[in-house]
Amino acid sequence: MNPFQVLRVAIRALLRNKLRSFLTTLGVIIGVAAVIAMVAIGEGAKARVADAFASMGSNILIVLSGSTTTGGTRGGFGSLPTLTWDDLKAIRTECSAVRYATPQLRGSASVISEDQNWGTTIYGISPEFFAIKDWPVANGTTISQSDIEGGTKVVVLGQTVVEKLYGPSADPVGQTVRIKNFPFQVIGVAERKGQSVTGQDQDDVAFMPYSTFQAKIQGGLQKFVPGMVMVSANSSDDTVRAERQMTNLLRDRHHVPIGGDDDFSIRNLTEMMTAQQEGLNTITSLLASIALVSLLVGGIGIMNIMLVSVTERTREIGIRMAVGARPRDVLAQFLVEALTLSCFGGIVGVLLGLLFANLLASHFSWPVLIRPDIIVIAVSFSGLVGVVFGLYPALKASRLDPIDALRFE
Amino acid sequence: MAAPLIEVAHLSKVYRMGDVEVHALRDVSLTIPEGQSVAVMGPSGSGKSTLMNILGCLDRPTAGSYHLVGEEVSTLDRNALARLRNRTLGFVFQSFNLLARTSALENVELPLLYSGVSGRERKKRAREALEKVGLGDRIHHHPNQMSGGQQQRVAVARALVTHPHLMVADEPTGNLDSRTSVEIMALFQELGRSGITLLLVTHEPDIARYASRVVVMRDGLVQSDRQQSPIVADVAAAAAAAGGIA
Repeated sequence: MNPFQVLRVAIRALLRNKLRSFLTTLGVIIGVAAVIAMVAIGEGAKARVADAFASMGSNILIVLSGSTTTGGTRGGFGSLPTLTWDDLKAIRTECSAVRYATPQLRGSASVISEDQNWGTTIYGISPEFFAIKDWPVANGTTISQSDIEGGTKVVVLGQTVVEKLYGPSADPVGQTVRIKNFPFQVIGVAERKGQSVTGQDQDDVAFMPYSTFQAKIQGGLQKFVPGMVMVSANSSDDTVRAERQMTNLLRDRHHVPIGGDDDFSIRNLTEMMTAQQEGLNTITSLLASIALVSLLVGGIGIMNIMLVSVTERTREIGIRMAVGARPRDVLAQFLVEALTLSCFGGIVGVLLGLLFANLLASHFSWPVLIRPDIIVIAVSFSGLVGVVFGLYPALKASRLDPIDALRFE
Repeated sequence: MAAPLIEVAHLSKVYRMGDVEVHALRDVSLTIPEGQSVAVMGPSGSGKSTLMNILGCLDRPTAGSYHLVGEEVSTLDRNALARLRNRTLGFVFQSFNLLARTSALENVELPLLYSGVSGRERKKRAREALEKVGLGDRIHHHPNQMSGGQQQRVAVARALVTHPHLMVADEPTGNLDSRTSVEIMALFQELGRSGITLLLVTHEPDIARYASRVVVMRDGLVQSDRQQSPIVADVAAAAAAAGGIA
């Protein structure tokens, strides 16, 4: 028999017991659907985390001042100003792995337009900030180096602040707002950034030159950076090198003795992201392996039914052998039946899995990433399940003695 | 003279059932020329079924030689035996052994499926075989839509479709009434006239009378082996007799 005829005979045999064939293949359908859906969800979560980290900027490191210790109470990082403006300059010039560095001074204040007001977070930053965060302005211009040097009263507003003050899709560039009773000219509106990793609205913000911030919003010691320094490395591979270079530089500049604790701290967000992604990878593969187990159970179901089928059709096998079916013809027939069941289950499972993943995605508003390689793997694995679990019943059928088989009642 | 179709010498078959050895065939030698119709008779346990299974290439002897169409087959493997059953032999069984829920045509096509005959040719030959047994108008019927006699005709058509040298019939009339039995025997005699060799296993003397040679088995040995002039199966007379009884 040629393969096409074998397939036809197999399909006819399976269609004789439609319900039984369907129930048998259900195990594989559920298994494959679970694999597809689980991996899609896992990949979606990974993409979501990656997106969130990407919105923070690429290859970012954060440098914080040291902590105070007052009578045994330790104040946490940033409470003791140790980072100086000269440290920032040194980081910019001496660390080869660092591409950009910006101070990030943070305060809150009311921003008042002609007829509205809105309390928001004010950042004092340098022009590099927008490059580090990969955050261009939608309208107008960004803060320039001359704004820093001149300490000009200009502000770049986030989208939320614009909405609250001027209404949606308004263009406030050129308007004047008052912050802490100083008039600021709106020179630009930052693009929409969305939620941060921790769920905060990143667009509820106003930016101004750090020199202006220090002069008008929140004064501090002139020598020290009253906030943190944000740095971006040349590439994701360079973040560890940038961290090391800055550590060495700052320890040297702050005269920290060998063996002494750093009086500052550096956080590597890329490493945090990698750790998060690895955690999600673990969860994804855990979910996928649970799903694979159910696929395995489906395979056992196929084997079970094929064994029943071989026993039920012993006489048919005997007839086929009597008219000239070779053992391998019988083997092929039962193997193809098992394979048909499992591959059908695989294909239906893929469709069901995609449907399920999309439903979940729209319900939880997750991004769902369907990986084509997972579909291929799931379908071929279900085919493999068919061969592995179909082989024993098929071998059993092919080894039947034609005389006994013909006599079987 | 051409080589005989079947030539067996000192054939024996021993089954092992637990610790007990059962000698189903002890020492059987037999020569059957092409075209003969041979009835094998004997009580149950005489070894006639074992002999039929070996001659039908369903089983292999423990010792002895078996030449079929000049070829030694007692040492062939399962695949080679399957090929031989497919090309050289046709089987008819007591319980018809048709595939259920499968049309007569497809049942008859089955042997051709395993000999790799293409679809169109397969259908044509299956239809011809069914016409030959008088079922040209029932090719799409399923076994459960046919009478016993008709089912046995389908089985004969299935045995015929490969143009075999030897037709092996195991109690072909065992499940049929006497009138239908005569019809089937008439069919066999017609096939015999066209040159097919018939090996008929039966325990009914009435049926054995239609054969040209009767071999009686007992305790795994040939007890008697005689030629006879067969009676001709008369379908009309059988029908009249059946009608008279009714």
